[in-house]
Amino acid sequence: MIHIARHLWRVRDTKTRHKWRAICWATMDFATTITILIVFGGLQGLAGFLVYVERKICAFMQNRVGPNRVGPIGLLQVLADGLKFIMKEEFVPKYADKVLFIVAPAIGMVAAMLSFAVVPFGPTDDNMQNYQFVVAKNIDIGILFIFAVSSLTVYAIILGGWASNNKYSLLGGLRSSAQIISYEIPLGLSVVGVVLICGSLNLEKIIWHQATNSWNILWQPLAFLLFMVSAFAECNRLPFDLPETEQELVGGYHTEYNAMKLAFFFVGEYTHMITTSFLMVILFFGGWHLPWLADTTSPAVLKLVAFMVKMSLFILFYMLVRWTIPRFRFDQLMALAWKVFIPMALANLVAVMVVKEFGLPLWILTGVSLAIVFAAGLIVTKPRVPVGKALAAKYPVHV
Amino acid sequence: MPIAANEVRWVKPPTLGLLDRLYLPAIAQGLGTTIKHMFQPKVTQQFPEERPNLPANYRGLHRLNRDTDGRVKCVACFMCSTACPARCIDIVAAPSPWPDREKYPEMFVIDELRCIYCGMCEQACPCDAIELTSMFDLTGLSREEMMFDKEKLLSVFDQTAHAGKDPIRTKGGALSCASEPNV
Repeated sequence: MIHIARHLWRVRDTKTRHKWRAICWATMDFATTITILIVFGGLQGLAGFLVYVERKICAFMQNRVGPNRVGPIGLLQVLADGLKFIMKEEFVPKYADKVLFIVAPAIGMVAAMLSFAVVPFGPTDDNMQNYQFVVAKNIDIGILFIFAVSSLTVYAIILGGWASNNKYSLLGGLRSSAQIISYEIPLGLSVVGVVLICGSLNLEKIIWHQATNSWNILWQPLAFLLFMVSAFAECNRLPFDLPETEQELVGGYHTEYNAMKLAFFFVGEYTHMITTSFLMVILFFGGWHLPWLADTTSPAVLKLVAFMVKMSLFILFYMLVRWTIPRFRFDQLMALAWKVFIPMALANLVAVMVVKEFGLPLWILTGVSLAIVFAAGLIVTKPRVPVGKALAAKYPVHV
Repeated sequence: MPIAANEVRWVKPPTLGLLDRLYLPAIAQGLGTTIKHMFQPKVTQQFPEERPNLPANYRGLHRLNRDTDGRVKCVACFMCSTACPARCIDIVAAPSPWPDREKYPEMFVIDELRCIYCGMCEQACPCDAIELTSMFDLTGLSREEMMFDKEKLLSVFDQTAHAGKDPIRTKGGALSCASEPNV
C-alpha cells in the first residue's frame, strides 16, 4: 500500500497529486492507527500473559506445577483473571480522596503505555520502504521521551498512596517516590554513554548504529549492568519492591485498591517491564540485529523474531531474578543508588567522553568497565565497622 | 553482673574476598540454583484426581466395626466416650438382643465437627469396635449432617473395610475381650 502511495505521491497533475496526497496522509494515519491499536492491545494482552508466565516460572522454581486448571496447561488463566478483575465490585474507601483514588491507576497505565510510543518493536528503516514497527517514527528525542513519560508513574504510585488515606499506602507511596527518583539518575547516566557512542538519542538510529558497527554491550558492560539493575528498581520489581513489601506495608500503595483499578496498576507495572526489556535490547543488544541471522538486509520477519526473542529473554530474566534474590532493606537500596551506582555511572561516563574526545579505540571502555566494577568492590564494600578484637578494643567492657 | 572481659570469646565474621564483595558471583550462584530447580521433577499432587498416599496409621473419619455376623461390634462400655477429650461421642446403651454380650449401643453418635481426631477412642476401645479410617475429605452442608450416627458409622465400615486402605485390624473381625476368650 505504501508503495503505491509513494508512486502516486509524485503524480505530475497538480489536482490529482493534491487529491492523492490527501489520501496518502489518510492511509498513513490509518496505518499508524492500526499500529497503535495493535500495540495497545498487544501490550495489555502480553501484560496479562506475563502474569501467567510469572506464576508458572515461580512454580517451576519451587518444584511445583503452577496454574493448570483453566484451559490447556492453564493458558486461559489470563482470561479468568481478567474476568475476575472486571466482575469485582468497584469499591472506593469512604475517607479516600475519590477523584485522585480513581485517577492514580489511570495515570500509571497511561504513562506506561505512552512511553512505548517511541520504542521500535521491530525493524525500521529511514526510507520508509516497508512497514515501520514503531508507533511514533523517527523521534529524535526518543530516550528522553521515554524517561520523561515513564517518570510519571511515580505520580500514580504516590497519588494512589496519598488518596487511599491509609498509612501503609502512604508509606509505600513515599518509599516508591524516593526509590524511583533515586534510580532515575543512574538509569539516565548509564544511557548517556551509549548515546555518546552512537551519536543519537533516536532509538532507531541507535539500533542501526549497532547493526552497522557492533553491539554496545561489548563496550558498555558496566552501563548495561547499571541500566538493568536501575530498571528493576524503576519497575518496582524484586529485589527492589520496597513500595509493596507485604511484611511491613501490607500491599503498599495498592493496599486499598481492588478490581480493575488494581489491575491497572499491574498492567502498568508489567508494561513498564516490557518497555525496559525492549530498551535493554535496543540500547545494548543491537535491537533486531543478530549476526548471520538477522542482518541489515535480512527480511523483516527474521528481524522481528530476533527482536522478540531477545526481549522475551530479558523478561524471563526479570522473572528469574524476582524469584531468586531476596529483598533489599530500604537503607541498602538508597545506599546502592547514591553511593555505588551514581559514582560508577559517572566514572563510566567520563571514560566514554575521554575515549570519544581523543578518538581512542572502544575496547578500552570494556577494560575501564571491569576496572570500575572491581574498584567499587574494593572501596565501597570494605567493612568500616570494627569487628572482633577491634570492636572489643574500641568498646571495652568495664567490670 | 556484667560478663568478665576474659570470658568473652570474640568471633570474627569470615573475611570476604574481592569476588564475594562484588555480590555478583553470589547472585549468579543463586540464579543457578533456581534454574536448576526449574528442570527438576515436580512434587505437586493433583489432589482431587490424584489421591495422597497416606500412612497406615492416618487418623481420619471413624467407623464402627462389624463382627463376622455383620452385627455392630460395640458393647456400649463407654470407654471411648470417657477417653474422648473433645467429648464428641454420645452413646445410649440398651440390653443386648444377642446372647453373647450384655449391652449394645442403641444409639451411637459422633459429632465429627467437635472431634479432634486424636485417636484416643480407638486406643480405649477394649474390643476394637471403633477405628479411625484414612477418609479425610468429609464435607457437609449442615451441622446435623456432620453428626454421624450408628448407621452412618457402620456404613463407613462397609465402604472402607474391604477397600484396601483400612483393613480390619482384629483377627477375622471376631468380638474379642468382652464376650469371648481372647483368640
